Order: sequence, then C-alpha cells, then structure tokens
Amino acid sequence: MRIFVCIKQVPDTETKIKLKADGSGIDEAGIKWVMNPYDEFAVEEAIRLKEARGGTPIVTAVTVGPKSRCSDALRTALAMGADDGIVVDAPYETDTFTVGRLLAAAIKAEGTADLVLTGKVAIDDNASSVGQFTAEFLGIPHTSVVSKLEVKEGHVIAEREVEGGTREVVRLNGPCLIAANKGLNTPRYASLPGIMKAKKKPIKELSAQTLGVEVSGKVKHTNFQLPLEKPPVKMIGGDPSAQAKELANLLMNEAKVL
Amino acid sequence: MAKILVFCETQNDQLKKGSVELLCAATKSQGEITALFLGPQGKAAAPLAGQFGATSSLVCDDEKLSSYNPELFCAAASQAIRDSGAEIVLASTSMLARDLFPRVAAKLDCGLASDCTQLEISGNAVKARRPLYSGKCSAEVEFINSPVKFVLMRPNQLPVSDPQSGKSAEVKLFSLPPADTKTTVENVVQGAVGKIDLTEADVIVSGGRGMKGPEHFKMLEDLAATIGGTVGASRAVADAGWVPHSMQVGQTGKTVAPSLYIAAGISGAIQHLAGMSGSKVIVAINKDPEAPIFQRSTYGVVGDLFEVVPKLTEEFKNILK
Repeated sequence: MRIFVCIKQVPDTETKIKLKADGSGIDEAGIKWVMNPYDEFAVEEAIRLKEARGGTPIVTAVTVGPKSRCSDALRTALAMGADDGIVVDAPYETDTFTVGRLLAAAIKAEGTADLVLTGKVAIDDNASSVGQFTAEFLGIPHTSVVSKLEVKEGHVIAEREVEGGTREVVRLNGPCLIAANKGLNTPRYASLPGIMKAKKKPIKELSAQTLGVEVSGKVKHTNFQLPLEKPPVKMIGGDPSAQAKELANLLMNEAKVL
Repeated sequence: MAKILVFCETQNDQLKKGSVELLCAATKSQGEITALFLGPQGKAAAPLAGQFGATSSLVCDDEKLSSYNPELFCAAASQAIRDSGAEIVLASTSMLARDLFPRVAAKLDCGLASDCTQLEISGNAVKARRPLYSGKCSAEVEFINSPVKFVLMRPNQLPVSDPQSGKSAEVKLFSLPPADTKTTVENVVQGAVGKIDLTEADVIVSGGRGMKGPEHFKMLEDLAATIGGTVGASRAVADAGWVPHSMQVGQTGKTVAPSLYIAAGISGAIQHLAGMSGSKVIVAINKDPEAPIFQRSTYGVVGDLFEVVPKLTEEFKNILK
C-alpha cells in the first residue's frame, strides 16, 4: 500500500504580513514558516494507517514550493513518521491549478497511489482547491472536510461535514483523495528520535521541467493591498440596560445592519 | 456581452442570498445570464432566477443529484457550462460549491478564484479581489489563458436589488450525462434542519469561554432567533465539547463575513480573528476591557454578558415586533 500526503508550507498565523513595495506580493523576509495546520491532520492519519498495518504501507510526503525552505515542512512530516519526501521546486506564487498538476505528476511518476491525503484548505490562500484539482488530474474521486476515515479493502468510508452541521457518510471505491478537517485525529509532535531519524530519510527533488508540466498558470495574484485601517472602536457605557438600548439603537440606526 | 453562468443554491425552494447576490452582480454587467440548478431540490426555485436577471435556468433534476456526489455534480456542471457557452461562471463560496468547482475547473482546463470578496465584471473582463493570509492583505485575481473564468464569491459581499416580480426565467431541463462514479453517499445525518450555515449567515452571534458552560448558549440562541442570526463559537468552546465543531469560527473552524458579528465572552485570539475579521460590523461584549477583541470591533460593551445579552434580546424584541 502506498499513501501520499500532500502538504504545504505556510506562514505561521502569528506572523505579520508585509508587502513588497510594488504590491506584487508579500515580503517573505522574517516570516516564520510552518506546515499548514490542516495538512498535519493528513500526515497524522497516514502515519496511523501505517502503524495499524504493521508498518507496511509506504507514506510519502509531497510538497510544491521553493525547495530551499519547503524541505523543512517535509522534514517535519518525516519526523512525525512519513517514510520519504518529494519536493517539486516551484515559486511560492504558483496557482492552485498548477500545484494540482505538479502534485498529480509527481505522484504518477512514483507509480500508483492507493490513497492520497491532504488538508481541506491552506490557511495562507484559503482556496481549498488543490485537493480537488489533484484528484481530477489523477483521475480519482475525492471527498473533503473529512473528520472520520475508515480504510477498508478496496474502498474507504469517510464522514464529512456539510452545511449547517449536517454530516454525510461517503463511500469511495478504489484509490481516492481525502481532504482532512479538524477532528480527524490529534496530530502528534515529532519526537526527538523521530527528528534524528528524519535527517536520514530521503527527499527527492523534482521540478516542473523534469515532470513535463507547463507552469504558466491560470490565475495570478496582483496588486496586493493591506486592509484599510478600521476606525477606532466605539465603547458603550452605562448600566446593562442603557448599554443594551444604545447598542440596539446604533445597530439599527447608525450601522444599519438590522 | 459576456455569457455568464450563475450556479444557484436553494433552501426551502427559495434562492439563497449568496446566489441572488451573484445574479445581481451579473445583471449589473449587462451579461447574458443563465442560472444553473443541480438536483431535484432546485427545480422549484429555477423560475425565480428571472426576477434577478437570468433569462434562462438550466436544471438537472435527476434523483441521483439529490445528495452531493462530487463526480456526478462535476459531470452535470461541466455539461451545462459547455452547453451554455459560458465564459464566466459564478458561484458562492458555500461548502458545496467550494468542493465542486475546482474539480470542474480542472476538468475544463481552467483557472478558479475562490473566496473572493470583491467582484466587477465588464464585458468579458473579470476583476475580483480576495483576502489572503486570514485577511492580513488582499490581492486582485488576474485570469491568464483560462477559457472559462471561475469565480467563487464569499456570501454577503455584494449588493442585492429588489426582485422584478412577474419576471421568470425559462426553465430548460437537461439530463445527467453518463458518468462513471466511484462515490456513493451512504448516509446523511441531518444537523439542525433549515439552519443557515455560518459561512452564509448574514448575522452571527458567537459565544466564547465567557459563556461559562454549554447550558448558557440558549441565551445566544434567543438573541440570534430575535435578529435572524446563526449561533457560532470560539475554538475553546468547541474543543471543550460545549458545541459541535461545525459551529467553530476561526482558523481551524469556519471563515465568516456576516454583516453583523456579535462576540459574547470571546477574548479574540488571533486564530479567532482570522476567521471573522472580514465581518462588516463587529460587536464585542466582554467583561475584560483589555480583551484584544475590542481593538477589532466597531462597538464595544464592557460588562457582564449574562446581564447585557438578555437585555439586548429584550430590546430587539420590542423594536422588531
């Protein structure tokens, strides 16, 4: 059994975002990079599947991005317990369509995937698209926002969240892609021996060129802007009755949102 | 004149607000508008798209689409896009559309801009803007070499015009193209029936640790019911099991952008702010004047939420009755 986990390296939530002077993108200087939190659920699930099967499935972590820094995210996955890694060297700005193409090509180059896992969304671009692009390019079904997964012989049963807290139980036959939601598991921290072992695990370097994928992309982000300054908060004083009255009045007559 | 296909979603035989917003935006651009409805549940609302500018509604009412199957929905949507000759496809960033359309875009060799908050269409040109890094900045989306431009809009971002009563879209049924499906929906466990999802809600009342226990969420439900809102929660509260995870707003929960967001007893950790700072008007009710939530709020009330919230509900009951 071969499991692929697609991960992305993203700026830590606490990181301050600064823009390049010409507005063509963000200034990456000083950013702390981490593995996308939703991808941690995917890595954890892959390792649990491996452990539950006596360690026989091979878990490969794959990422697309600048190899100089993205290899760190792969090392984290390897330290958690993945067997090997693949980094497809590409600019951080690569669009979701092309990332999907590159991930699918990298996986195909390795042979056949029995299961592909990823996070339901990356917290930097909030696109929630790469998993679906990858699945379509691999020609396999997918399901997203998965909070419970059972891998059986030849099929999987996934529980996913849909609108208004409704849950669906979905069966996917054959190889498939699962995009993880919070709740799927609790990701482990890499242990010290895990971190030591990860240093010796292989990371393969690929590029769009070696994979034969066109990278001109379909969409491009331009004209970056910081949000407008919010006007200062209006504090409402008085006793609770006065506060409630004034707040209701402001919402109805000043903000006009009700 | 661009050919625009608007994917419409419905609830209780009515168009969802997000879909109406998209129809209105498309109408403003003077494009040729076709509405798309997938599944038997959409059929009743299909003529209504005409009230907001659609000339026709494509409907696939196959029973196989009564629950969401990505492969079948993808096959039907791709067929409709090809048949209508659409150059621009608009949909809401709903749970369903955000799952479906990347797959459709991949199939048609096109690009997609998800979770946009600004949209202008003139002729064939699409100008969309989307927040990045949890709203710490935003960027414009430029389509390159994408025969169909897919834009998913966050609900509650675009103005809606009044329906033109008497107008009706011509309903054209089409059949589900044959698709080899490896997916089956085995079971659907209904959440609260008829409840609007947080991501689409126009008013949200959220509770945090300051609520002190799950039994007090009734108070927020009362306020929400009075002002037509949906109840949300902070991560601490969802992690403690007071409410289901589906109600969590924030980085590992849902990204929401309602017109009004009321945060009761939420201090405002950066992960929470990441999920709701796009809201138009933010109200914070907290007993700690130093809580970071106040810095992001429009209106702030320092006080005991157990006193303020019921009084606020009462106030609205009087005004809105």
